[in-house]
Amino acid sequence: MLGTQRKERIDGLAESGGDTTAGVSLAASAWRRLRRSPTFLVGAGIICAFVLLALVSPILAQHDPALRLLEEQVSRADNRIPAPQPGFPLGGDQYGRPLLSRVLLGSQQTLLVALLATVIGLGGGLTLGILAGAFGGWVDTLVMRVVDVMLSVPSLLLAVSIGALFQQQSQFTVIIAVATVQIPIFGRLLRGTMLAQRASDHVLAARALGVRQRSIVFRHMLPNALGPVIVQATLMLAVAIIDAAALSFLGLGAADTSTPEWGQMLGSAQNFFDTHPHLAFWPAGCIIVVALGFTLVGESMRDALDPKKRR
Amino acid sequence: MALLEVRDLSVRFVRKSEPTVSAVDGVSFDVHPGSTVGLVGESGCGKSVTSLAIMGLLPGRGTEVSGSVNLEGSELLRLSQREFDRRRGKDLGMVFQDPLTSLNPVVPIGLQVSEVIERHRGLSRRDASREAARLLDRVGIPDPDRRLKEYSHQLSGGMRQRALIAMALACEPRLLIADEPTTALDVTIQAQILTLLKELVAETGTALIMITHDLGVVAGMCDEVNVLYAGRIVERAQRHELFSRPRHPYTAGLMASVPRLDSPRGQRLAPIEGSVADNIPWEGGCAFSPRCGNALAVCGERAPELETIEQGRLLRCHNPIGAAELERAHD
Ligand SMILES: Nc1ncnc2c1ncn2[C@@H]1O[C@H](COP(=O)(O)OP(=O)(O)O)[C@@H](O)[C@H]1O
Ligand code: SF4
Ligand SMILES: [Mg+2]
Repeated sequence: MLGTQRKERIDGLAESGGDTTAGVSLAASAWRRLRRSPTFLVGAGIICAFVLLALVSPILAQHDPALRLLEEQVSRADNRIPAPQPGFPLGGDQYGRPLLSRVLLGSQQTLLVALLATVIGLGGGLTLGILAGAFGGWVDTLVMRVVDVMLSVPSLLLAVSIGALFQQQSQFTVIIAVATVQIPIFGRLLRGTMLAQRASDHVLAARALGVRQRSIVFRHMLPNALGPVIVQATLMLAVAIIDAAALSFLGLGAADTSTPEWGQMLGSAQNFFDTHPHLAFWPAGCIIVVALGFTLVGESMRDALDPKKRR
Repeated sequence: MALLEVRDLSVRFVRKSEPTVSAVDGVSFDVHPGSTVGLVGESGCGKSVTSLAIMGLLPGRGTEVSGSVNLEGSELLRLSQREFDRRRGKDLGMVFQDPLTSLNPVVPIGLQVSEVIERHRGLSRRDASREAARLLDRVGIPDPDRRLKEYSHQLSGGMRQRALIAMALACEPRLLIADEPTTALDVTIQAQILTLLKELVAETGTALIMITHDLGVVAGMCDEVNVLYAGRIVERAQRHELFSRPRHPYTAGLMASVPRLDSPRGQRLAPIEGSVADNIPWEGGCAFSPRCGNALAVCGERAPELETIEQGRLLRCHNPIGAAELERAHD
């Protein structure tokens, strides 16, 4: 059931962006509409702010996030955690490490993990989609069987299972697990748009000129099939952030917590939800807002590319 | 010897969920070097499928092609896709109906033209690009150097079709198939494109298969004309013969539906009644009989055969136009 729904969503996106007859002019007009869309502007603003934050966080952060600077204010026995104080606007975490510095620097890991996972997922999905869409026939059948089986497993369950395959937990584990979930989504999407290209007039015309197979696939089909994939990649960045956080929360991330990461911070805050909710609030808030940013941009791009919404 | 010999070409689309479609049914014709042969008929009669079969561009799955297509002594239907790739664009080329969708929207025109030249003529990228500019100039595109860098959406419909013609003729193939090359264009542009095609094939000695639903196009271009109905040739004649003495009721119907300069103003055209949807399969008699004013009882029982009625003239009809007059003349 779940798998069917996801398949329909993916195929819907493939169709919505499948009409690329206008090509370059389409991209130009989509951009013109995007620039006037409040959804896009808000989302893009959020993304820019967080990317900027990740870049300048080493300067902004006052303290080394690994150092237990406020350790003497921590007390396990009466559940005490360092309160906000001069020099430490958010206080410390349960080990006495500076919370603000950790939240600021956490942006780097979280964005990097999401980006790497999506790039790997995109790479794998592109490979599968190109294979299936370019060759058709039994290659297509085989690839799509695998993809559909992967899609029928709920994504977080799949990610957790992949993560559990690794002996040693690390950020790398999280990246691979999250990427694996994305591969079938990109694969199915690209296959759909590639097949649409295969049946298109300009590909028929190129074949009538004896253009080489390689050029047909990479020059005449792929660039025209990428629009929906770019939209999906933006949306997947949001999903990757959430999934990576969830895996870290479940303890599949790095065992070494000296490098801060929001998902892992959220996970280790769970014992303090009732007494010290602010430990969870900051990383959770950041995760939600940055994921929202990518979703807003992705959705507005989808609308801008949709021929049904175009005039 | 003929340049292209099409013999008994049949194409059937076999689909699991749908009834089998017999799109082309035993079509035979020759194209001689440098000549222009017309394939004429209403939409859906199998013109495009015939041309795609000759080009080897029909979808593989669910398509049954039989018969023979012989180009300069080599059998095209037996070529592998790879072998075919080497000959398409070089020995035979094609121009399609819709120039807007026939160009790749994200690749500059110049690259699309020079790609073909590099591929088949083995020129370097620089030389190919210079040759592309020369070709665009030859097909009447002003300022070719600028146009080469532009994308299809920056060109007008007529210019796009000129560019596509330039690509199809870039390697001077001996055979060009033009499938309704002017149907998607403005009326004023149509004549220009036809004139250009006529000039180019005359200049390069390329043989042309001109596919159209418009007898006006045929009148201006073709040496020999094949009239197609429901996948079969129903009449073939030299152009002048066909226009001065159409024998098949369908041909006559097509002519009556073409506007003529010499017809009285305000006179309504007489389109053929009914549509291709009313066809009966050829197995049950003449496919045209539900729409035919000349139909006899035998027409609904037995399909007419394609017969040679005089030198260079073929006809598939039990009761052709002018038969009664001819008989009277003989008596
Ligand atoms: N790929 C296909 N699959 C099934 N039927 C097709 C396919 N292509 C064409 N046909 C059918 O073949 C017949 C002839 O089509 P076509 O050659 O395109 O006609 P036209 O003379 O207008 O060019 C039509 O009935 C059409 O529906
Ligand atoms: S065979 Fe009969 S029905 Fe068919 S075109 Fe001739 S007269 Fe008409
Ligand atoms: Mg057609």
